[in-house]
Amino acid sequence: MRIAEHWVNGAVLIGIAALPLWALLIDEPFTITLVTRAVILALAAVGLNIVLGFGGLVSFGHAVFFGLGGYAMGILAYHAQTYTVLDLGFFTTEGTKSMPIIWLVAMGISAIAAFFIGLLCLRTSGVYFIMITLAFGQMFYYFAISWAQYGGEDGLSIYVRNGFPGLNTLVPIQFFGICFALLCLVLILKARLQRAPFGLALNALRQSEARVATMGLNPMRIKLLAFVLSGAITGLAGALFADLNRFVSPAMFSWQFSGELIVLIIIGGVGRLMGPVIGACVFVALEHFLGGLTDFWHVYLGLILLGIVLFGRGGLLGLLTGKEGAHV
Amino acid sequence: MSDAAPILETRHLSKSFGALKATDDVSITLQPGEIHAIIGPNGAGKSTLIQQICGALRPDTGNVVLDGRDISGLSTQARARAGLGRTFQVSQLCMEDSVLENALLGAVGAQGAAWRFWRRALETAELRATAEAALARVGLSDEAATRCANLSHGARRQLEVAMALTLRPRAFIMDEPMAGMGAAGSKRLTGLLDGLRQEAPILLVEHDMDAVFALADRISVLVYGKIIATGSAQEIRSSRAVREAYLGDAE
Amino acid sequence: MSAILIIEQVLNGLQFGVMLFLMAAGLTLIFGVMGLINLAHGSLYMVGAFAAAAVAGATGSFLLGLVAALAAAALAGTLIEVVVIRRLYAAPHLDQVLATFALILVFSEGTRWIFGSFPLFLEIPDALSGPVTLPGGIEYPLYRLTLIGIGLVIAVGLWALIERTRIGIQIRAGENDREMIAALGVDISRLYTLIFALGAALAGLAGALVGAIQSVQVGMGEPVLILAFVVIVIGGIGSIRGAFIGALLVGLTDTLGGVFLPEVFKLFMEPGAAQKSGAAIASMGIYVLMGCVLVWRPTGLFGARP
Repeated sequence: MRIAEHWVNGAVLIGIAALPLWALLIDEPFTITLVTRAVILALAAVGLNIVLGFGGLVSFGHAVFFGLGGYAMGILAYHAQTYTVLDLGFFTTEGTKSMPIIWLVAMGISAIAAFFIGLLCLRTSGVYFIMITLAFGQMFYYFAISWAQYGGEDGLSIYVRNGFPGLNTLVPIQFFGICFALLCLVLILKARLQRAPFGLALNALRQSEARVATMGLNPMRIKLLAFVLSGAITGLAGALFADLNRFVSPAMFSWQFSGELIVLIIIGGVGRLMGPVIGACVFVALEHFLGGLTDFWHVYLGLILLGIVLFGRGGLLGLLTGKEGAHV
Repeated sequence: MSDAAPILETRHLSKSFGALKATDDVSITLQPGEIHAIIGPNGAGKSTLIQQICGALRPDTGNVVLDGRDISGLSTQARARAGLGRTFQVSQLCMEDSVLENALLGAVGAQGAAWRFWRRALETAELRATAEAALARVGLSDEAATRCANLSHGARRQLEVAMALTLRPRAFIMDEPMAGMGAAGSKRLTGLLDGLRQEAPILLVEHDMDAVFALADRISVLVYGKIIATGSAQEIRSSRAVREAYLGDAE
Repeated sequence: MSAILIIEQVLNGLQFGVMLFLMAAGLTLIFGVMGLINLAHGSLYMVGAFAAAAVAGATGSFLLGLVAALAAAALAGTLIEVVVIRRLYAAPHLDQVLATFALILVFSEGTRWIFGSFPLFLEIPDALSGPVTLPGGIEYPLYRLTLIGIGLVIAVGLWALIERTRIGIQIRAGENDREMIAALGVDISRLYTLIFALGAALAGLAGALVGAIQSVQVGMGEPVLILAFVVIVIGGIGSIRGAFIGALLVGLTDTLGGVFLPEVFKLFMEPGAAQKSGAAIASMGIYVLMGCVLVWRPTGLFGARP
């Protein structure tokens, strides 16, 4: 059964949009929240896929950006809700509970972090890169735990969801709408990026770095920019996730989460535009249904994952469209 | 021909790996419009020499000069932009992509277009024109949409040349372009390279002696990292030093 | 800031370091010879700890517990090598990462299924409990001193194995040229399984030994695994010597940093803030160390030069 990728992509997006609307009709707000969770995880994974699927860089530390985005939101909202001032020395603020501003800050901080982490990590390759990104994730994780001012290990609660001008974000369907709109926007940008000269260069870099240099392109700069873009998007997802749960904790920095992001992408199909989205939906569905059946559903997830890696290349999208490999 | 300033020059290039002298005081020139072949027995250090010229390896001493400009300190990508068009001994192509997409890559690099994020590369007129012209030049226009993984070996070698062409190079550095080619393919590629020298001179490392003697204006012989002879095909064929290097002290 | 405290902390750092070495040595061998990144190594550490706790708890003998740890870890290692790992040697790193990540999930949840979520207890054997008096009047736990000793003995043993035995020659040759040793008739399959099982046994031993001073619980292996990665990055992939030096560096930096950084901060901050900031920065210490080494030597102190 081979279906053109466009059709599958379209069907998935329509399905994601339709499910919450149906849930609204039958008054099941929890379902809306579940789909929102999938959309946010999808966004985080789309960010990672820029460097992983596209650039071929196995970053096992993307939770850093997810956590930074989450904490950016948490810190700004915390100061706003407690009416305290955040004094950074060169800059003071009373915090904010406005989503657009929080998103910009989250993306900005993640981008800056990605720049410096990238400068260090991208000089290495292969296994070193994997291990170093993993290590950086841990670094932030332990730092967050020991940072008692913002909750430390217990995390930080935000009492009220942040606000978006003109909308009531407390209503699940409206918050879903915001997240879904952002996801679609990022998908459009990524689709354009893939076909643009930058995307061509990044894609070539994955296949042959030697070739790229002899074509007059600077591999390090291309990788770095991709890493920064990737970090910013995952950071945005982190801020949204924190808003969804109204809670930020060091767990957002955990290596387990970094691993889950990679798993999401694999399930759906590496390097494909909608791979991360499909993967996120499947993952959340598994988490919900399998998790409802048994406390130890991770065992089954592990076995499924082993199966995919050892036997089924290309993920679900590969299965449906009959194409293999990370070809976009 | 020897009056004009050389397009490419190496001056006293030397590189050692521990006790092994891979490149021993190599000074060669590439004149405009010529094909200068580097030949030598296996292990002579031809690959090491190429890598130093193209920027993949830093020599211990010596310079590489392109168009009178010292490029010794430049990175591989900077040298490519300065006009060095390299082809690889083992094809370095983006196997998952089409022939046209590979050719576009060179155009992107040559025109510094990597920082464009919105408009499709295929729809960008200047990029596409450069890529298609290069493909036409090497005779690959019909295969533009073919995935590289599905290309014949000969077509891949042609694509290597096309990609170097998109850079509009000042000089070609070709590392065994005939590698793995059958007789018919070699002939076609030889014809292509013959015509190419007018656009830019070619520094050619090759094992295929038929191609070398058919194409080369000058031949240099590299043995144990040292150039032992440089001259026309005639001179090299009749040189005793060269025969000894290849055949030992046999009579 | 007494000399006694400093020496105690140095010893703690050494103890931490040699235990890390046990993990890192296995990992670096597996990567150096087989080219495989193994995330499941932490699970083997955990398996060793649980086996030791279970057997020691049932029989009352710490020694039996250690034997069980070695056996269980080696067995688990052999099992996953044969069933999963050997399909991954030629696979891209992403596949290796995902498959071994999947193994972590299976092992962690599987262990939780069998043993429950509460930590198990592994007691230090009576013979080794209590302090010992070192020259200078310093009292230091005998058990920790023993760990240092065991670690050093194993380091020497590994060195002897690599440098002085036939297996060692095969390992060294394998690190240089995998295809060649296959062509020379060495049974690659068996060699790889052996190396993997050896690494697993070392990890299991480390888990059991450390399990007596920390708790034995699900997920105990992964933080150690990641630290071992830091060690390997610092020391260089494939180098046992690098793993040893790297492990000691990491162990000392982490332990001494955690103790001394707050003290340094107290010089110009008030005690409460100094303690918190110092502890927070100290927790990043080894990663800063890793970063510095990478800037200077991207492939580690003893790694292959690019």
